[in-house]
Amino acid sequence: MNFCVCIKQVPDVQASVQTGRMVLNAYDASAVEEALVINANNADSIDLILIGPSSATETIRKALAMGATNATHIVVDEIAALDSFAVSNLLAAHLKGHKYDVILTGKQSQDSDAGLAGGMLAELLGLPFATNAVGMRAVENILEVTRQGDTGQEMLEMITPCLVTCSNDMNNPRIPSLKGIMGAKRTVITTTQGAPGITRTVVTRTFPPSAREAGIKFEGEPEEIVALLLDKLQAEAGVL
Amino acid sequence: MSSILVILSVQDGRVKRSSLEALSRASALGKAEKREVIGVVLHSNALSLAIDAVHYGATKVFCVSNRIFDSHLNPPLIAGIASVVELVKPRLVVAASTESVKDIIGALAIRMDAAALPDVASFEISGDHVLCERPVMAAKMMASTQSSNPLVFVSLRSGSYEAIRSESETSCEIVEVPFEFDVSTLSATLREIVTTTGEAVDLTEAKVVVAAGRGVKDATGKALIDELASITGAAIGASRAVVETGLFPATAQIGQTGKVVSPELYFAIGISGAIQHVAGMSNSRIIVAINKDADAPIFDVATYGLVGDCFKILPILNAELKKILS
Ligand SMILES: Cc1cc2nc3c(=O)[nH]c(=O)nc-3n(C[C@H](O)[C@H](O)[C@H](O)COP(=O)(O)OP(=O)(O)OC[C@H]3O[C@@H](n4cnc5c(N)ncnc54)[C@H](O)[C@@H]3O)c2cc1C
Repeated sequence: MNFCVCIKQVPDVQASVQTGRMVLNAYDASAVEEALVINANNADSIDLILIGPSSATETIRKALAMGATNATHIVVDEIAALDSFAVSNLLAAHLKGHKYDVILTGKQSQDSDAGLAGGMLAELLGLPFATNAVGMRAVENILEVTRQGDTGQEMLEMITPCLVTCSNDMNNPRIPSLKGIMGAKRTVITTTQGAPGITRTVVTRTFPPSAREAGIKFEGEPEEIVALLLDKLQAEAGVL
Repeated sequence: MSSILVILSVQDGRVKRSSLEALSRASALGKAEKREVIGVVLHSNALSLAIDAVHYGATKVFCVSNRIFDSHLNPPLIAGIASVVELVKPRLVVAASTESVKDIIGALAIRMDAAALPDVASFEISGDHVLCERPVMAAKMMASTQSSNPLVFVSLRSGSYEAIRSESETSCEIVEVPFEFDVSTLSATLREIVTTTGEAVDLTEAKVVVAAGRGVKDATGKALIDELASITGAAIGASRAVVETGLFPATAQIGQTGKVVSPELYFAIGISGAIQHVAGMSNSRIIVAINKDADAPIFDVATYGLVGDCFKILPILNAELKKILS
């Protein structure tokens, strides 16, 4: 299968202090990994596309080092001003000129947690799509996709071309090898300037959520602390 | 003024509580602004399910009856909702943020020239704008987000508003919407749904959740979790660590990748409290954490923390709870 994987650079949300460290979106890393697994025994290509500031090149190199074939960087410096609508329009404008069997995206970005771009892009391109995939298998021109639904896992057979958004429950992305890293340094990244375009939503303010009230911690013998807990649950919390 | 349309999701033969929460919120906004609040049910049994909505403030319910909606497939669901949106021409479309809704909201927004505000914790209409607050950065931050687009789709996190049932007799019009879907046009077919067995209580709507992490280790630990859940009538949740090992099914995962829950009582057992996990449970009213590491970050969000070995604590807790609750 010829893949195009849409990737994004995001702040490292795991860092305890805001370090400003930027990483490859974890869900996108799973998308890259899955494409690599499916194409392990053939010479089909895995192209990457990223929208983001010039500094996001390092994230593209990381995904190339995992084993992707080519990459396109649509440079937009004010990435924070784009919403999912603007991003999917930019991606669609680029992808309309290409023929891929499968377009992959992460199921959401770790920063905006919106989960919209994949579905929007599929609709703009008129492709069948599945979101929140946890498994994938290629059989000739059919892509078998397992997605996590509300009550269980749904197994779909999709005729290519199609678009799938990936969960990190799909796999554990590989750590690039030294050879991969060296190879990625030599790959020519196609760079184009992206026009930001129209947005339909605006973030006006971000702020920390209201903190939970400080709790009580019980230490001691199991019998003792269980008794203390049950007392609190009944007398104070009123949940039993 | 144009109306608010609420998509009423069905699970286990009834309208989901999270949909009724969305409907209650929409009704409050509708009252304040004199907007009609309309429900829509897409299900083979839509007509009999629609009745529920009357008690939560809908004055009209559109029923799109078709068996194709009984298992999730995105093309018919998008087409079905689109046909009702075209009919109603609402200002705002609201749905509970279920996996099915998350699957379609982006594509639907494009098809209807709408804006989408996904997974919000609150929303309102203010003049020309739809405003919302939504968790971002694995719920480390909140973002006030708005749209002035003439049509806006909002998906609402469960537990964000109360479902307020009114017993008073209000008149509600039930409207059947004819819907045909040509399955031969589908380029994706649903082969099979693997439902995890024995999920007695729907995780996203449960009043009590018992969630297990890596500290629960093995089948012995799992048996203690099952016992606690059965005593408290809880749904079972899990961290990613124990979903990865296969000890718990993926449908049980709570967090950024998994589900968002907001029960009255949440037990976090042998869970460290990584932000991606906390993102899915920090809105629980009472959080009880059991962890042998006194410095585990889960204690930062816990209402009550027990420091100790869950293999020693759970047998005692289960026995005591059995006495109290029986
Ligand atoms: C993009 C992304 C998305 C993610 N999404 C999710 C998600 O949706 N949900 C999720 O849960 N995680 C998610 N994660 C993973 C998350 O970062 C953590 O790795 C995970 O939550 C850890 O699970 P845990 O707390 O069970 O395990 P650990 O972090 O290993 O913690 C185990 C805890 O058990 C305690 N313990 C051990 N033995 C005992 C005992 N006998 N008695 C009592 N306590 C004991 C230990 O002290 C420790 O605190 C995500 C990660 C990424 C990168």
